Amino acid sequence: MKESLRRGALANLPLVVSAMAYGSVLGVLSGQQGVTWAEMLAMNIFLFAGSAQFVMVDMWSAPLPVAEIVTAVLIINLRYLLIGASLQPVFKGYGLGAKAAMMHMVADENWAVTMAEHRTRGTDPYFLLGGGLLMGTGWCGCTIVGNILGGFVVDPEKYALDFAFVAVFAALSLSLWRGRADLLAWGVAALLAVLGNWLLPGKWYIIIGGLGGATCAALYPAFPKTRQAVSAKLAESVESAETVSND
Amino acid sequence: MIESLFIPGGILAIFLASAVTYSLRLGGLLLAGILPDRGPVRRFLDALPGTILISLVVPAGLQSGLAGMIGLGACLLAYISTKNLMVTMAAGVLMVCLLRQVFGM
Repeated sequence: MKESLRRGALANLPLVVSAMAYGSVLGVLSGQQGVTWAEMLAMNIFLFAGSAQFVMVDMWSAPLPVAEIVTAVLIINLRYLLIGASLQPVFKGYGLGAKAAMMHMVADENWAVTMAEHRTRGTDPYFLLGGGLLMGTGWCGCTIVGNILGGFVVDPEKYALDFAFVAVFAALSLSLWRGRADLLAWGVAALLAVLGNWLLPGKWYIIIGGLGGATCAALYPAFPKTRQAVSAKLAESVESAETVSND
Repeated sequence: MIESLFIPGGILAIFLASAVTYSLRLGGLLLAGILPDRGPVRRFLDALPGTILISLVVPAGLQSGLAGMIGLGACLLAYISTKNLMVTMAAGVLMVCLLRQVFGM
């Protein structure tokens, strides 16, 4: 367990740098918006979701539009429903307690790193948690420092740190590639995501791309393993039918 | 003390937003656990990590323009030859940083 935690944290190091740069931007913004360090800390600990926190800070002025804020956060974080569902193989064999305790620390970054690790070497929820704890610590530290000190800020785009996550996620997608049969699902996902990003507000594009692509995979079982399983089953049923008719 | 640290309604907003987010995270996992373990639903769930990742990365990559495309090439080359994420990240970031600062792309 400890070993998994450590490995998970280390695997997320390439991503924590850019998260921290964005954290510092959010921290400074939050200070300018009049968000107190306690409010920022509470969001970091209890919400722990970068893009949702950006929107929340933006809407943070009296009288606080609570219902609008919660609705916006719901829409932005709807992708976590899909992300949570995709983590099922990682949590296989773990009880409700472990799931409830560890799912809070799921961000896009440690999720992606964990899924790639799971496909290539196999992993467990502690790997996910280790990454989450590292991301959470870096994120929390930078937002709070930015909130209190104001001035200090790293411009992520100047140093291309906004590109860090694209770089790492593109590499991780190579590990998730299961072969040519993924082409249709991934093509549809990419197309829908690009269209969604162009036409729809917020984070809808991730949900539409993810759902649409996976639906294609569900409808067209072109994946070789599935096809093999289907033909094996067919052969089996033909065989048993033959034995029945022979009797 | 609390009054000076939290805007009126602030604690409620953070609590509700957090509860919603946590429910989505845990809810997705629990929902996948009760879905059938074979057939179309299984194929859907197995394809999900790849399609979500692609949906995150393609629009973001396109938004970074030509510099991003060249950077992406550098990343994939770095990853295929080293299998190391830190090297991959550094290759992409340095390449895009260079293209932006020196060539103004």
